[in-house]
Amino acid sequence: MSDILSERVELAHNAVGRAVPTMVNGKPQIPFLGTGKYQPRARKAAPAICSTKDYPDSGDKRVADLETALRKCGLRDGMVISNHHHLRDGDKVALMALEAAARIGVKDLMWFPSASFPSQKSAIELMDKGVIHHIEGSMNGPLGDYCTQGKMRGMGVLRSHGGRYQAIQDGEVHVDVAVIAAPTADFFGNADGSHGKSACGSLGFALADSIYADRVIVVTDNLVPFPCVPWQIQGNNVDFVVEVESIGDPAKIVSGTTQITRSPDRLRIAELVAQFLRAAGIMRNGFSFQAGAGGIALAFVEYLKQMMKQDGVKARFVRGGSTKFLVELLHEGLTDYILDGQTFDLDGVKSIANDPRHVATSPFTSYNYHGKGNFASLVDAVVLGATEVDVNFNANVVTHSDGRLLHGIGGWQNCLFAGCTILALPSFRDRIPVIVDEVTTMTGPGEMIDVVVTERGIAINPRRTDLLHAVMGSKLPIRSIQDIKGEVEKICGKPARPKLGDRPCAVVKWVDGTVLDTVWQVS
Amino acid sequence: MSSAVETTAPRSAEAGHWGKEVRSDAHVAFEARDSGGVEISLESRVAPYYGSAILEQTREVLGELGVKHARVAIHDEGALPFIIAARIEAAARRAGIALGKRSLPEQHPLPPPSQKDRLRRSRLYLPGSEPKYYINASLHAPDAVILDLEDSVHRGEKDAARILVRNTLRTVDFGSCERMVRINQLPLGLEDLAEVVGESPDLILIPKVEQSEQVREVDRMIGEIKARNGIIRPIWIMPILESALGIENAFAVATASENVAALTIGLEDYTADLGVVKTAEGRESQYARSRVVNAARAAGVQAIDSVFSDVADMDGLRRWGEASRAAGFEGMGCIHPGQIRVIHEAFQPTAVEIEKARKVVAAFEEAQNKGLAVVSLGSKMIDPPVVQRALKLVERAKAMGAIS
Repeated sequence: MSDILSERVELAHNAVGRAVPTMVNGKPQIPFLGTGKYQPRARKAAPAICSTKDYPDSGDKRVADLETALRKCGLRDGMVISNHHHLRDGDKVALMALEAAARIGVKDLMWFPSASFPSQKSAIELMDKGVIHHIEGSMNGPLGDYCTQGKMRGMGVLRSHGGRYQAIQDGEVHVDVAVIAAPTADFFGNADGSHGKSACGSLGFALADSIYADRVIVVTDNLVPFPCVPWQIQGNNVDFVVEVESIGDPAKIVSGTTQITRSPDRLRIAELVAQFLRAAGIMRNGFSFQAGAGGIALAFVEYLKQMMKQDGVKARFVRGGSTKFLVELLHEGLTDYILDGQTFDLDGVKSIANDPRHVATSPFTSYNYHGKGNFASLVDAVVLGATEVDVNFNANVVTHSDGRLLHGIGGWQNCLFAGCTILALPSFRDRIPVIVDEVTTMTGPGEMIDVVVTERGIAINPRRTDLLHAVMGSKLPIRSIQDIKGEVEKICGKPARPKLGDRPCAVVKWVDGTVLDTVWQVS
Repeated sequence: MSSAVETTAPRSAEAGHWGKEVRSDAHVAFEARDSGGVEISLESRVAPYYGSAILEQTREVLGELGVKHARVAIHDEGALPFIIAARIEAAARRAGIALGKRSLPEQHPLPPPSQKDRLRRSRLYLPGSEPKYYINASLHAPDAVILDLEDSVHRGEKDAARILVRNTLRTVDFGSCERMVRINQLPLGLEDLAEVVGESPDLILIPKVEQSEQVREVDRMIGEIKARNGIIRPIWIMPILESALGIENAFAVATASENVAALTIGLEDYTADLGVVKTAEGRESQYARSRVVNAARAAGVQAIDSVFSDVADMDGLRRWGEASRAAGFEGMGCIHPGQIRVIHEAFQPTAVEIEKARKVVAAFEEAQNKGLAVVSLGSKMIDPPVVQRALKLVERAKAMGAIS
């Protein structure tokens, strides 16, 4: 692989007017064509045919350590090695794998995590040493700065959870070696996330890698005799099993308790969101919703719960990131199911391990755009955050307004396909207005964002005349997005537009694999 | 003007706050110089967006303060312009510069003047040294906001807080909230008045009042400043009785000036004065609270209750509020926006009360139309005080949005 420092980057303007590279890390790219416009006619990628002859009849695939496993997998220079973030900031396995790779002496790896976390910042040293060439996956904090300061040799590629599944499935990214952290596993490689001292809930983020990677290593700190039940990851896809003392720091894998925001302004936003769902008639018997684990989202669930009780309304399912607040809905009979992508607190982990109505899902079932449908579009309402939203309802979730990387996309883009997409945001943060003329980095096209709820009022996308009509006559503070923006600029002053560099350092992919926008180097 | 005249003025001083935990504030270090012009350094978490605007504003503010030579170091944590201006002015004054000068930010149009007997169910306390709470306070729709210069402000911060509160009154849109200021105990409170009255607050709360003369002194000073500034809109007074002696003088205090619009009680200090424990039921302050209600009614002003200090106990708050309304109070203080709705509900007449009052009002109007002196409802004759109470209740219920 070459360094992008020496590469001339050709740019093209995509369907939303953003200049995007036509070539990323040596691979040709398709600029975003518009939602639902790009429909590849090809066959999915497939792993090589294996034979049980090459695997022990005893089923025991254990090897001494990760280094041995990586050697046996044939890891060499320039390969793609993947990890997953179901252990979140508590994960130890990703760095364990990368450091083992460094000891073997391989160079120029493409690290392909489903997300990176602050505790993995020593990946920077591995990039400086040449072990890692570049990262394709979410980057923030020190890793994000490393990327946006132009220090990474390759270009960053940001994908949604569904987009990552799509990229592997469609063959855009071929994973040579997948290293999967497993809170519980057996010697055959069956693995489960909901039990063990490092329990995290679902292992869904690792599903695509387990199916499509050439080689798959399961690393566990809780080896149980065959069979490990349930097998969220099937041992039939696994090459080697490595037992270690600890795969992660339980305190950072799940929080003991998730906290609702205490900020009165944020509580007001959360309550307005719940009132909106009620007034618009979305909160009705058999409905479904998804909200994250942020402070506003949790408070929203609490407000909605009160209203559901008052109105005698029950949901058919709610989508996690699960927390104790969703678990309470289940226990109080306010929802039939939790369909859970990841589990954020101890109550959630306990529930997914013991309650058959609390079901683990994967990016394949929930989010993959190149499938025969997905769950995200079945959800009636989703409540999301963003760093910026513009007057055309386009939103940015990956960078600060000044272009520095802040968040991964997560399931955010995939969730935009819900029946009603709501962004719940303060109208300004630290004097910086959240509603802007044009977002710094386009992460979601405005045509898919229906409602913006701030503490100063609710703006409905003019495209959604149905929602506008539904809440007409309610006491909700419905305002135009320009109106809210004007008021905030009167309070804060109009901000200067930060200067972005002219060298791309990362791209934002849309759910179909096309390039939606570029993250530019910041000075 | 300010009595904070320094005999030996320090040459350098600072004001405001900064640090990782600080939001929406700024810290200004000010060093007066004899020559060399103005030198400004700025560190700001919003520098890419507002860096040049802050530098420009700083030069303007220094110009208005008549500062020609100084070194000014600003640490900004996303403060809004009226906060930055207040911090620069406070630092300059502390450095002994710009005494008697002000830098007033652009004025937001004043809301309509406040009515003496307006709805005062809730007043939300905003600490005078915590600017982050101001801008969104009215979104939570209390009947009043109260910018506090007294107990929530540290002794060493009084000077900076009154400049900040002055700028806040001048620039922040508090919507339909009544804009109140709690000054310090006299004589310090007089310095507060000198700084804030020019910005037409709607009401001044005077803490720890024991004698009617204290009210008259404040009233006189407000009158003087109003006259000097050509202010004709009313500035009401709400004395706070916080001691056994204050309670004994309740009626004299309530009638000390016709600008007294309401009388209230401070239970923390009152129970301390009595040497009893303050409880959530408030039995120990029953006499004092009844006395306040009676004195206020006798003086024709509103009786307003103290605060309920456990922000997590919403059921306790509701019980307190309902008991408070039943005892004759028309509102109470709140120390967290989350208390506002519960308080409003507690002070709202019940549906049964409203219905009964409307029938009385309808009967009264019918009697008026027919030219009858006696109002009757069914077979019953209605006494004039009952009619008056019903009229007031219906009017209040309308103001609360309980009926249209």
